[in-house]
Amino acid sequence: MLYAVICYNNEDIVWSWSKEEDAAVMSRLDVVHEKLVREGKLGPSLRLLPTTAATTLRGQDMVIDGPFAETKEQLLGFYVIDVADLDAALAVAKDLHAANPSSVYEIRPIALYVPEARANAPRARVKAY
Amino acid sequence: MSDFGWINGALTAARPQAVGALLRYFRNMDMAEEAYQEACLRALKSWPQNGPPRDPTAWLILVGRNAALDGARKHSRNTELPSDEAISDLDDVETPLAERLDGSQYRDDVLRLLFICCPPDLPATQQIALALRIVSGLTVSQIARAFLVSEAAMEQRITRAKARIANAQVPFETPGPVERAERLAAVAAMVYLIFNEGYSAGQDPARAPLCDEAIRLARLLLRLFQSEPEIMGLTALMLLQQARLAARFDGIGAAVLLDDQDRGLWNAKLIHEGLALIDKAIRHDRPGPYQIQAAIAATHARARTAAETDWAGIDNLYAALEQMQPSPVVTLNRAVATAKLKGPAAALAMIDPLERKLSGYFHYFGARGAFLLQLGRAPEARIAFDRAIALANTPAEASHIRQHLDRLMKDSEKTVS
Repeated sequence: MLYAVICYNNEDIVWSWSKEEDAAVMSRLDVVHEKLVREGKLGPSLRLLPTTAATTLRGQDMVIDGPFAETKEQLLGFYVIDVADLDAALAVAKDLHAANPSSVYEIRPIALYVPEARANAPRARVKAY
Repeated sequence: MSDFGWINGALTAARPQAVGALLRYFRNMDMAEEAYQEACLRALKSWPQNGPPRDPTAWLILVGRNAALDGARKHSRNTELPSDEAISDLDDVETPLAERLDGSQYRDDVLRLLFICCPPDLPATQQIALALRIVSGLTVSQIARAFLVSEAAMEQRITRAKARIANAQVPFETPGPVERAERLAAVAAMVYLIFNEGYSAGQDPARAPLCDEAIRLARLLLRLFQSEPEIMGLTALMLLQQARLAARFDGIGAAVLLDDQDRGLWNAKLIHEGLALIDKAIRHDRPGPYQIQAAIAATHARARTAAETDWAGIDNLYAALEQMQPSPVVTLNRAVATAKLKGPAAALAMIDPLERKLSGYFHYFGARGAFLLQLGRAPEARIAFDRAIALANTPAEASHIRQHLDRLMKDSEKTVS
């Protein structure tokens, strides 16, 4: 079963983290990531830029600055995980939460998963930053 | 949730909105600040036990407002206070308040709070100190350290500045579009002042937080005014400049020029965000000084090596900036691009007429010395570098110039022997 584990948090706070705070959270998360990779459970995962960098298209000609939804918590990134069932997905989310306690994780079953099809698809981590 | 780091982060993030709303409510800065302070104390007690509220900002505004009113009531009639649990349980009232906060009033609250801190007749350093105290919530001792003055002196400076804004006519009615645009421009300028105060100090750890704080305020403005290309430009400009921080100084703390910086030390994450914001801003086709300066910084950021820099593009951007915002400093900066494109003689000819206006400006003599050096006019270069050292603002600037002078000295020894 494929699940998307979607991470929400207050981006005001997260993007004000100092380099050290950010690195500390990322290295705690990396421990979880590595375990999932070893267990063959981790699909693609993404960390998003803040919503101030977002642009939204509403209709063909209506381009709006900002995110789709104005909420207190913003979508910061997501994982695609391959696990047996919801319980297993929740267990992954709990590990991620333990590494990054202020974030909220939504688990969303994936209805259609189209795998990477680019011939030159990156095999390693692509960091836009 | 017993994560005090998170609570502190939430309190800091909520501060501008919360104090701004409380100020609209009480129309008195001291009362607004006290009410916010009280709300924070209660949050530190209540949140670890009850869990954080869904909307921390709304919670703080409501609790702050109630606490201040309770305080006033207690003073006047000595009636009994409601228990803290009653105040903490906001489930019923929080939702409609949060909805109201999402409206435009909320945005004007933050803008007003920032705007109050930057009346044009208040000196820039006082504007910055006031904004850092009131909007960002830095302590007086933190601000004093950043300005290299004693805590008592800073306390006095802030008190005086506060008294001045208290007597000023504070506009509480909702601003019209023109007024809002004017306020936004004034506030943007002050945010950039805060940034520059930190940026020019370079490596000094006490002042570095000023850059982070300015970026935080710019991101806040950008979220409130999502479609303002100049706010996108300002944010991008600061992100792109801040990205170079780790490369701006060498092992002994001397300033390193852009051309000589190790680009591997640049913060790619900040660059990425800055470039994304410029992309957004350009779509609006409403260029302004911050966007152009950000575009210049972006041109540097996009060059993988100094040799790959698009100097013609940078020269065009400076030409546009000169038209929009003529100033000798802009011309001086353009001369650096000119030197790359047409050689040091053309650049020197460009900055010669600026000498009178920039006679007290470190960078003028630094650039002049560099151009003269490239032209092989060593004695004149030495005079310019000597002037630059005398005008240096930081030890890092001085030691960068001293390296030039040392090299000049060695070269002249070689020609003698």
